[in-house]
Amino acid sequence: MTTAAPNTTRKGLPGRTPKPYVHPYLGGALLGLVLFLAFLLTRNGLGASGGLNRLTAAVEDLVVPGHIDRTPYLLKMAGGSLNPLDDWSVPVFIGALFGGMVSGLLSGRTKLEIIKGPNISNRTRLIMAFIGGVFFAYGARMARGCTSGQALSGGATLSAGSWVLMMCIFAGAYALAYFVRRLWN
Amino acid sequence: MPIFPLQVFLEPLADHPWTYLVFGLIGFAFGFVLEISGFGNSKKLAAQFYFKDLTVLKVMFTAIVTGMVLIFLSSALGILNFNLVYVPETHLWPGIVGGLIMGVGFVVGGFCPGTSIVSASTLKVDGIVFVLGAAVGVWAFGESVQPFWNWWNQSGYYGRVTLMDVFHLSTGWVVLLVVLMALFMFWGSEKLEKIIGKRDMSREPKLRLIGAATLVVLAVAIILIGQPTATEKWASISTVKTAALADRTVQVHPGELLASLANQKLNVVMLDVRSEADYNLFHIQDAQNVPLEKINTLIPVLITESSANKVIVLMSNDEGAATDAWKIMQAESVPNVYILEGGINQWISIFGATDASILPIEGSVPDDQLRYTFGAALGDRYEACSPAPYEWNLDYTPKIELKLQRSPSGGGCG
Repeated sequence: MTTAAPNTTRKGLPGRTPKPYVHPYLGGALLGLVLFLAFLLTRNGLGASGGLNRLTAAVEDLVVPGHIDRTPYLLKMAGGSLNPLDDWSVPVFIGALFGGMVSGLLSGRTKLEIIKGPNISNRTRLIMAFIGGVFFAYGARMARGCTSGQALSGGATLSAGSWVLMMCIFAGAYALAYFVRRLWN
Repeated sequence: MPIFPLQVFLEPLADHPWTYLVFGLIGFAFGFVLEISGFGNSKKLAAQFYFKDLTVLKVMFTAIVTGMVLIFLSSALGILNFNLVYVPETHLWPGIVGGLIMGVGFVVGGFCPGTSIVSASTLKVDGIVFVLGAAVGVWAFGESVQPFWNWWNQSGYYGRVTLMDVFHLSTGWVVLLVVLMALFMFWGSEKLEKIIGKRDMSREPKLRLIGAATLVVLAVAIILIGQPTATEKWASISTVKTAALADRTVQVHPGELLASLANQKLNVVMLDVRSEADYNLFHIQDAQNVPLEKINTLIPVLITESSANKVIVLMSNDEGAATDAWKIMQAESVPNVYILEGGINQWISIFGATDASILPIEGSVPDDQLRYTFGAALGDRYEACSPAPYEWNLDYTPKIELKLQRSPSGGGCG
């Protein structure tokens, strides 16, 4: 995946400069409103890693259906005649993809590029992004939720465990930040 | 009676396919807001961990606080039924270990799963690669969880606990304290950005102060209004529910209970709400003793662990205490709850009629008291405590109607 990776030259829509991001407090208030509406209408909050989990399970179910039925963790999502995609987290995941896409196009921020710190190569950045993804998702499944399903949704409903977990995400990141500072600075 | 969350979302989604569209729209708004906040940009996200740009913290905590205030305000106003809202259960140790691992992934990869989605959909290659890595990560977890399955499920499991339970504070006060904590963190963040990020904070919009004040005012309003009590919740549903009691649609005949216990498709939970003394004298096998005054402690468990095939049957000596318990459970939105018709007294009159060591008391007995005397406090060792279903062929009108429920956790991130 690192071969022939596009460099940081921007190949965006010609003649468009990206619009600035909205103010963090405004973005946060809007995000809080979306979160509230999700709970108000549907009883569930927001989620990201759960949808990805079910999409992955669906692929596994196509490739190795027998394996699903022997693995308790996968069984409850996709065992027997269960459809792993029949869950609210899947449309939320797909919706988020489209939401990001539309926003990126409207604001001129959709560009094929690699975003990275100034002192590392594209190759290093992509390897680190991959490793980071593996770690984050592994931790998210262990904790039964990521920053969306636990920190945001559990945080707003005042779940005790979600608050502890949120502190741990920040603690883990800050504890390691110094050692990987070359990646970002 | 709170109208939210909407009833259709409590039922299996496949029964109402349009509900997928609602979740799709929620996801769309989610992705859109993440993108306009700058969360598709890994450098902006990672800057959080070097105190240069605290956008992540500001957006996240503004969202949490805004969502929280709106949730508990609508619950206080009786619009939203908080018992039906999914609160992630506390699995303390898996949460701590998983959280630390996520932190590592965050600072190494520059994203969390939600932000990587919008990064990928705006064609950032690092975001696309992070999503691929995350797919491998969820796969790896499913494959490797087996050896520590018990730890993952049980260690530090407290069920549905909120900060209100931990600190023994009322909802309103916790909401206010969280708002104040967030405002303090925002103030600190702006200081850090000024000192370390060398940003000019004097041009920050004044509107943010009005927003902060609004949050505090709403939090105080939540304290003043208070969350609805069990009595108020019952009052809002009493007309419908009293009719159900009077029409005897929720009182289950002993014969139906016996048949349900033998039905493999049902998970029948029997709650005996009598005193421990009565329970020790005689109780149906596998019934749990939860005296009426302690029934409240069970509510969080019953809400979290409700499943599609679970039926709760409440019982007292006659029906008095069981009916009181039923009202509490209805007020707290526990699904599929029934009352044993005629209570333990009727049960014994059917199944224990021939037992020489159980004798009816002569004369009148006050309501909801045992109408039998027992040779000894044998608990569930009388024959009538566990009658054999195939030996009895009783006539009854079936009352148990399973309302299929969407499992409250339902997946998502969980």
